[in-house]
Amino acid sequence: MAKSLAISLLAFSLLFPAGGAALATEASTGGTVEANTAYDEVPNVSHFTLDNGLEIVVVPDRRAPVVTHMLWYKIGSADEAPGKSGIAHFFEHLMFKGTKKHPAGAFSQAVAEIGGEENAFTSYDYTAYYQQIPPSALKEMMAFEADRMVNLVLTDAVIGPERAVILEERNSRVENSPSALLREEHSATLWQNSPYGIPVIGWKHEMEQLNREDAIDFYTRYYAPNNAVLVVTGDVTAENVRAMAEDTYGKVPRGPKLPPRARPQEPEQNTARSVTLRDERVSVPSFYSEWITPSYHTARDQAETAALEMLAEVLGGGVRSRLYERLVVDDSIAQSVGASYDASAWDDGSFTVWGSPRGSGDIDIMQRAIREEIDRIAKDGVSDDELTKAKNRSIKSLIFARDSQATMARIYGSLLATGGKVEDVNEWAGHIRAVTSDQVKAAATRWLDEDRATTAYLLPPKEQATDADPQAAGAANDNVEPSMDSEQGLTAVEQVK
Amino acid sequence: MKKTMIAMLNISIQKTAVVAVAAAALLLGSPASAAVKIQEVVSPGGIKAWLVEDYTVPLVSMKFAFKGGSSQDPDGKGGLAKLMTGLFDEGAGDLDRAAFQDALDVSGAEMGFTAGIDEITGSMTWLAEREDEAVRLLTLAVNDPRFDDEPVKRMKSQFLTSLIAEERDPNTIAGRKWRKEIYGDHAYARDSDGTKETMAGLTADDLRAFHKSQFARDNLMVAAVGAISAEKLGERLDQIFGDLPAKAKLQDVPDLEPKFGHVVHYEYPLPQTRLSLLYPGVEREDPRFFAAYLANHILGGGTFSSRLYDEVREKRGLAYGVGSNLSNFDHTSTWGIGTATSADRAAETLDIIRGEVKKVAETGVTQQELDAAKNFVVGAYAIANFDSSASIAGTVLGLQLAGLPIDYIDTREETIRSVTLDEVNEEARRLLSVEPSLLVVGPALAASANDNAQGDDAAREESGAARPIPESSPAEAGGLDIEGAAQTPPSDMPVEATGKD
Repeated sequence: MAKSLAISLLAFSLLFPAGGAALATEASTGGTVEANTAYDEVPNVSHFTLDNGLEIVVVPDRRAPVVTHMLWYKIGSADEAPGKSGIAHFFEHLMFKGTKKHPAGAFSQAVAEIGGEENAFTSYDYTAYYQQIPPSALKEMMAFEADRMVNLVLTDAVIGPERAVILEERNSRVENSPSALLREEHSATLWQNSPYGIPVIGWKHEMEQLNREDAIDFYTRYYAPNNAVLVVTGDVTAENVRAMAEDTYGKVPRGPKLPPRARPQEPEQNTARSVTLRDERVSVPSFYSEWITPSYHTARDQAETAALEMLAEVLGGGVRSRLYERLVVDDSIAQSVGASYDASAWDDGSFTVWGSPRGSGDIDIMQRAIREEIDRIAKDGVSDDELTKAKNRSIKSLIFARDSQATMARIYGSLLATGGKVEDVNEWAGHIRAVTSDQVKAAATRWLDEDRATTAYLLPPKEQATDADPQAAGAANDNVEPSMDSEQGLTAVEQVK
Repeated sequence: MKKTMIAMLNISIQKTAVVAVAAAALLLGSPASAAVKIQEVVSPGGIKAWLVEDYTVPLVSMKFAFKGGSSQDPDGKGGLAKLMTGLFDEGAGDLDRAAFQDALDVSGAEMGFTAGIDEITGSMTWLAEREDEAVRLLTLAVNDPRFDDEPVKRMKSQFLTSLIAEERDPNTIAGRKWRKEIYGDHAYARDSDGTKETMAGLTADDLRAFHKSQFARDNLMVAAVGAISAEKLGERLDQIFGDLPAKAKLQDVPDLEPKFGHVVHYEYPLPQTRLSLLYPGVEREDPRFFAAYLANHILGGGTFSSRLYDEVREKRGLAYGVGSNLSNFDHTSTWGIGTATSADRAAETLDIIRGEVKKVAETGVTQQELDAAKNFVVGAYAIANFDSSASIAGTVLGLQLAGLPIDYIDTREETIRSVTLDEVNEEARRLLSVEPSLLVVGPALAASANDNAQGDDAAREESGAARPIPESSPAEAGGLDIEGAAQTPPSDMPVEATGKD
């Protein structure tokens, strides 16, 4: 599920969701995969730390005169104090309000003057700021970014209007959308103790109370070089980046030692729960079920997460997956169906299956069919052929991901902000390749327990449900499907806005 | 999961580019042009393509377009182009659906087709070392899609379900009414998804006939980027496209003058009201295009710096997103403004937007604003368009679709630099003096706390800015340099996927 504010953007659930670089060459005759690991690794990645604790990752890509400069803070909504939900995101907005040296708007103007692109985003475990600029402007960007790391000026005059902006942002993203409202309530049900149950953007009543003191407190506590990771990708060399960073970020003093990131942990969960929203804007129902699972950071080892990734891929990753074949193609009862696994988190991750019926299909039938498919994997495992294909699909995506410097910056930044190591990226394909059918089977058994699922239902109003066109039982346009993944398939239907 | 990544690519890479700081740009042509050298390739069989050769990553990204698109859907067969583009990976040649998708999977290539309003676009990205198989599959898909019963039936039923699912969505309903109101009976007013009735009636024969009429050599444009030589590309072009009919059979689509001064208010109890304003635009080929483009940038095109951004969001916190953009279709061009604002302050927001538009139209912009806008627009091109092979391919295809010359990237800066303040202000006056059409989705404006609002009538007088809400707009891209870029997905919500803006 999208652990992120921007449902679609940040939600890039899997680290390298399938962003893989390597493509195994398939020996189609047997189960053996003759792996071509030549592309498994991202070449020339540098990683070093300044004296003040700022970690820096450089991924050169010299094709075009463009650099992505992205500064990540290891602070997100899940680190907020009780009652202050939304402060991490609100503060992200306030970071654009200027410093003594660079009054409000000066930074953005400097970016605009060179045709640069900038933005920022907040999620449960991190907050990041970035600019895409020509290499000649990199040092200037570093100077601006280093300046606002500690010299921000916040007056009450900017707090009020910006708080109105985030409330409007909440209106845009959540209040106007039945599926988003349902997602919030579902998360609050799934997570019984973890702050992941609180929306990144914040609960409305708490957002309304956020003030200057909260902002300054948050800033002084968490914004410091020793709580940040700088990722620079594109037309640069590591040597140049290091020199420029020393001259700019290097001058910012190390901040106080940070408290450990120890958030409330989930108790044992022993119930199946459900959350239902009926809304008159909904014509066709949809649902999803989610389970808490290990993440890259909390897993016992990488074999555990790799097995979950392959389980998601075989079960519901695309048009040749078991769920799609069974429910959409063979039984003709689903509009859409799928599975995804989100492993990119400091605390636990989650696994989701979703669906929306069509034609004579209904949610009960779909849920039963999905359960049967999960049980089938839990009982019999998966075939060598489908596992091989799933591995290849996943690993292949890395090379496609490498085509974009912005994507690479996000992969490294989110990884390091959630407790990962730079080396994890290059080791990932090896872990995927090593997954066995038995491990996938064990993952299905261990994690996808029917009696512990938390399920969300987005339904038409009761009185309308009955006169809905019987043809229509399909997907809601405003689908509850948990995240981005759901609607990005290859079928034309999913291109429909 | 893979989809997640891809989704992210599409959205997050909303960049802009910079060529270099103004000073650096003085040096010699722009780095942008240095980065991208486009060569024209003509295959032995006479098929043209524009190629950017680059061996950094062992990938080839090909994008191509057949002019036509959803506006070619025959009467009573709405949704045909969309349905067809969903079926190219559902079986081709001797491969049925399962065989084709497995082969595609094993090949490591990614293939996609999209129906725009004015063209159907296809793309294929493959690993250089697996080129033979990727090209074989693409060739099958382009020439010999099967349109078998099962996939056709399934895809139709999925489309139908989507149409039903949207039936009660206020923004969908309002968008339809709005297009009908301002585009009348023109093909652009139709839903490219068709209606339940038209979709239900489509057959495999319709698909075959449409494919035959739309996929031909004379309406084809191709761009390729990556690890492939001109000679090799020539061979591949003949292989993939050489057997298509010489000429497409396209219906004439007349040019369209949208209606201005019309108001559609779709009343719905929502916490946030969506406002869209539509003004006349300017054709891409018009020599005044960049004057309007720069005026738009100043009014509402900049990400965190535009008059609308400052007034609506920064100073008053009335909205999370507000912006404006020029849209160019083959048969009409428009200038839209859009925002979503707290319902009880929608009238106030509309006032402010209209006030800003009036100021730009009557008083014009300043030289300082223009200089800054030029710097942005010049610089943004490389960053917005060149950060990956796929985006370079999209840009190069977009140049062809827009009818721009192959040296466009080299001459672009000079063209922009030579636009004068008078030209910009004249365009702003000419286009923004028109009474716009206005779409309001949300509660009655009369409910506004603002005294200025006089209810629905007031809306008629006021108008702000809204995105045009065309349901599929090929050249729309808020804040981005759209001149050359094809196929930016329609974004009728001014909501960035990121936390800020």
